[in-house]
This record gives sequence, C-alpha cells and structure tokens, in this order.
Amino acid sequence: MARALRYFGQAVVYLGIALVFATFSKSPSYVHFPPDQALIKVSLVHSAQRREACRRLSAKEIAELAPNMRKSLSCARERLPTWLEVLLDDRVLVRKAFPPTGLSEDGPARIYERFEVTPGSHSLTLRMRDTDRTEGFDYEFQEVVELRPQQNLVVDFRTESGGFILR
Amino acid sequence: MTFLQRPLRLGFQWVEGWFDLIFGPAWNPFYNLGALGFFYFWIVAVSGVYVYILFDTGTTQAYDSVEYMTHEQWYLGGVMRSLHRYASDGMVLMMVVHMLREFSLDRYRGKRWFTWVTGVPIVWLTLAAGITGYWMVWDKLAQYVAIVSTEWLDWLPIFGEPIARNFLAPSILDDRFFTLLTFMHIAVPLVLVIVLWIHLQRVSRPKVNPARGLAVGTFAMLVVLSLFEPAESQGPADLATVPAVVGLDWFYLAAYPLLDIWTRGTVWALVSGLTLMLAVLPWIPPMRRTKSAEVDLDNCNGCERCADDCPYNAITMQPRTDALPFSQEAAVDPSLCVSCGICAGACPTSTPFRRASDLVPGIDLPDRSLVALRAELERKTQAPAGEVRVVVFGCDKGIATSGLEAQGIVALSLPCIAALPPSFIDFVLSRGLADGVFLTGCREGECFHRFGVAWTEDRLARRRDPYLRNRVPRERIEKFWAASPDRRQLDKAIVAFAARLKALPHRGGTVAAGAAIAQVAQQRAPNHG
Repeated sequence: MARALRYFGQAVVYLGIALVFATFSKSPSYVHFPPDQALIKVSLVHSAQRREACRRLSAKEIAELAPNMRKSLSCARERLPTWLEVLLDDRVLVRKAFPPTGLSEDGPARIYERFEVTPGSHSLTLRMRDTDRTEGFDYEFQEVVELRPQQNLVVDFRTESGGFILR
Repeated sequence: MTFLQRPLRLGFQWVEGWFDLIFGPAWNPFYNLGALGFFYFWIVAVSGVYVYILFDTGTTQAYDSVEYMTHEQWYLGGVMRSLHRYASDGMVLMMVVHMLREFSLDRYRGKRWFTWVTGVPIVWLTLAAGITGYWMVWDKLAQYVAIVSTEWLDWLPIFGEPIARNFLAPSILDDRFFTLLTFMHIAVPLVLVIVLWIHLQRVSRPKVNPARGLAVGTFAMLVVLSLFEPAESQGPADLATVPAVVGLDWFYLAAYPLLDIWTRGTVWALVSGLTLMLAVLPWIPPMRRTKSAEVDLDNCNGCERCADDCPYNAITMQPRTDALPFSQEAAVDPSLCVSCGICAGACPTSTPFRRASDLVPGIDLPDRSLVALRAELERKTQAPAGEVRVVVFGCDKGIATSGLEAQGIVALSLPCIAALPPSFIDFVLSRGLADGVFLTGCREGECFHRFGVAWTEDRLARRRDPYLRNRVPRERIEKFWAASPDRRQLDKAIVAFAARLKALPHRGGTVAAGAAIAQVAQQRAPNHG
C-alpha cells in the first residue's frame, strides 16, 4: 500500500478512536433519577437506650477491680433497637425497628433510606422510639414540606439538637 | 474456553490483518496494547501534575479551580485537563482490549498465570483511580459518583457511620474530605505503578513503550481531540438537589447504572464473582504440562545465547557445577519454562550436521528434541518429489502445517519457529534434501512466544546469534508470517516460491544427495528415537 494511503488510513483510525473517546466519555446521558420527582433521604445514626440499666457497684466490688479500672457503675453493652416511623401524608415510608450495630450490639442503629416522592405540599410525620417503652414515642415531629422537582430533602436526627432535623 | 476464544481470536486476527496493512506490524496498535496502556498512563501522570498545580481543594474552590483551567487557561490548563481525561479513557480501552486479546490467544494459562493474575488488581486500581478523579471536579457528575459510590461502599458492614452521610447536605460536606480525596487520587495510581511493575516481573524484555510512530500518532490524536472537544464539567454540585441526568464516562462508570437496578449486595456479588472468575481463569481448565527444557552440561559451554533469547526469563546463568573449563552454565527454572524451544534454536550446538556424535544440544526439549526433528525431516524427504521439493518449517501456534503438505512439499511443525536452529536450513539445502526452505509462524508482531518471529528474522539476517551461514543461498529461503485468516495467501506464497525455485539454476546432485542422506537416515533411524 502506498505510503500516502497508509497515512490516510492511520488518520482515519485515529479519528475513529478520537470519536470513541469524545462520545463515550460523556454520553449517552444517564437518567439517574426521574427529573420530575423529589427525593426524601432518611439518614440517621442513633444510639438507643441500653438494654439494661446501669447498676451501681458496691464498695467491695469496686475494691476488687484493678486500681486503674475502678468505676462506680457497671453497664451492660447491649442497646435496644431504634423504632422509626416516617409518614408522608398517609403513605408510610418507614415503619420498622433498626437493630444496633456491632458484634456486641452496642453500636448505634444505622439508617439510610431513599424515597422518590411527587413534588408539592406534603405533611411529613416523623416518630422515634429508642427506649424500652412499648407505647407512644420518645420523639415526634410533624411539618408541612414544600418539595420541588429534584429537591433532596434529608431527614436527620441529633439528640443534642432536640431530635429530628430537616436539611 | 475454546468456544469463546476461537471467535474472539478470529475477530482479532481479521482486524489485525487490516491494521497490518495500514500501520505495518511495528506500528500496529494491537501488537502494542500493553505499551500503549503505559503510554496513556504517563500522559495521565504528566498532565495530572499540571492539573494538580492549578487544582484547589475545597467544596467550592474545587469546581472553580477546574473551571478556571478549562475556560480561562484553555490553551494549557484546559488541554492538560482534556489530555488527563482522554488518556485515562485510553488506559481503560487498552486494558480491556489487551485482556481480551491475551485471553483469545490463550496467553494467560500455564506458566503465564502470574502475569494474568497480577493483571486483575490492575483493572480495579485503574478504575478506582479514575473514579476518584471524577469525584474531585465536584460538578454534578462528581456528586452523582460520590453519592452512588459511598452508598455502595456503605453496604459493607465496616464503616462506623455511613460515609454517604458526608454528602447529605451542603452544610455537612467538609473541605478536608477533598484533601483526603486528593490523597487517594494520587496514592491509588502510585500503588498501580507498583502492581504494574510486579505484572511484568515474569516477562522478559517487556514492551513498555510503543513504537515511536504509534506514540506520536496517539499523542497527536489526543491533543487534537483536547483542542476540538475539550473535557468540561457538568455544572456545580449542589447537594440540595438530586443530579437527575448525568453524562457518564462509560469507560469508568459503565457499571454504575446497575446500582439503580440491582441491590448493592448484588453488585458486590457481581464484582467479587467477576474478580474471582478472572483470578482463577488460568486454571479453567488447567493447561497440559509439557516437559521443560533440559540442559546437557556436556554440550553447554555457557555462551548465554539461550538465556538471552528466552522470552520468559526461565533461563539463568550460574557458576559451573562440573569440571568443564567454562565459567558458567545454563539453568532452567521449570516453573517459568513454557517449552517453546527457542533456547534450543539459539544453542550453537544444535547442529544437525553432527554425525560423529549424537545430536545432543546444550539445551533441548525432552518431548520434542532436535534429534527427533532431524529424523522426521530425513524421513519425510525420502519420498520422491516432483520437479522441486520445498521443506516448510512452521509452528504450532501459527497456521497448522499438517494441511500444507502436498506433492513436493514437506511440512514440519515446531513449538515456535525460533526453535529452529538456522543450521537446519543450511542442512536441508546443503545436503540436497530440498530445493528450498519455507518458514512460517505467527504474524509479525503477534508471535505467541513473543520473540519467535523477531529472533528468526534476526538470525537469518545475521543480526543475532546463531547466524545463518553466508554460504546458504538466500534465494532458496522464503518466509511468511501468518494467522488463520491468511491461509489462502500462505498457500499462494508456497506455490509461488516453488515456481520461483523451478526457475533457479538446477542444483547439481540434489536428488542424489538427498537420496543418499535418506538412506543414511534410514540406517540410523533406531538411534533417533
């Protein structure tokens, strides 16, 4: 093959490779989330109450401990599950107990859930139970939220902030 | 695996044939895939250093600094950013095609398992390096990549607090997260370099630089592409909104949509299963073991030619262990030897002219010895030929020689064409066993044993020891390097060679000498095993 023809062929191949790079480095576009929907993300990390209440040690029990490990309270490590309810108008988004993490079940419950919802005005109800009570809730929150398309509304929880937080 | 390999191999060979015409064997990108991968890597590294100089770590600064280099300093920063992206894509493309090609050519099993297995982490490290890079731009695509990646990682029960919580809202995201990300984006490629080095440890003379012309063409293509289609961001990230539609880089992020279809656990299972499957592939099924090359110390003078020619680093020179007056001797590592026979082809003692003593070279394959080759040659050339006789030496990995035999054409196959000592060509012609010698093997540039064709060419051209003697008439030698799709052209080349031989002056005494040799050979047959 003549040299000029070979160079032309090489130019065509390079053009083809360049087109492959130019095209597939950014297209076709991918629809990750319906553009006409909004997102509610329920994400919280919360340590529920311990399964057993701490017990005050007697003076004798404290004396039996190594000097550098003496403490007045003995606490079991296990924690209770965290019960969470999230309602959007009448729709139940979450209603279940989240177990504590860790091999000894002494870690916080980890919650991370996503929900596609229609934009507009909604009544958002949040309830949590993190003690051994069997009825009622330890934390309750209700608010009317106005959601825009593609809005990312985050439901978080901070005990030090008094409970539920919307971000 | 043959049912997968065969169509793939034929596809590659068909395309490579066209690329041979356009680029020539030396510049053919398919014969430079690994080297091109390295070339793209160095472009990524150099452009990355420049981009890093202009890059600012921070939730707002990151995007702004990338925008600055893209638009304000488009002529250098923008080009560097584009080179960084497109060369990264090139790395993935080369890696995937390289892997598929080695698989199709069956160059991943047996003693080659180490190179294949060490290639598996390279796949994931390359992808990890690219994905962390996309994260750093902190545009909408970065936001999508960050959230989806961390949600996927959070499926593993090893993080105290879900790392996806870092991307819940704008107020949560910390500038220091970008510092960590920058560290990862630099650290992962550094680890990649180490694994690449390990990857090549069992490869003799690894080709880490593409042919100069190919490198120039590739770089020019990237620069032109960077100028005409610069890499751009997709709008600043905003954690208060969901990045609904994103332009994915499919070279790196092709698997991400799966995380919207399947559960994260399923994708973990897929990735783990794929990794495991790739890692054990060299043993599915295990390759049939062949006996490694063996050194015969009585005939080894420690000349180093075998060690120099071995494509697998399977031969080393060590201090002499016998009383012969040479300083060193060859030693074969059976765990690295693939029994290609190139060492026997390189040994100066591999001469079929030896009659006073048995043909025992300094190094040889026990299962396919040169004495057996000489015996087969002599046996096959006993039969009456027509006007001309051609001896075809082929290789097991090229076109099967069994189908080449015809009236006047005798064909013999070796594990690799470079397993043929040049003295055999001299032997055939000077003893009148045939009028011409035709050599065929894998296509130039894609030799199964990497250097078989190159070493043969060099030996015939007297560029590499052992040389083909000057007395051998070159017009009676022909070569044709071919793959399966070239069968018809090979047949034509052999016929044309035979016709050319007919036109050459008659070699007096050829037939008589041939018959005489054949007679001797017949008498010696029991000794040849």
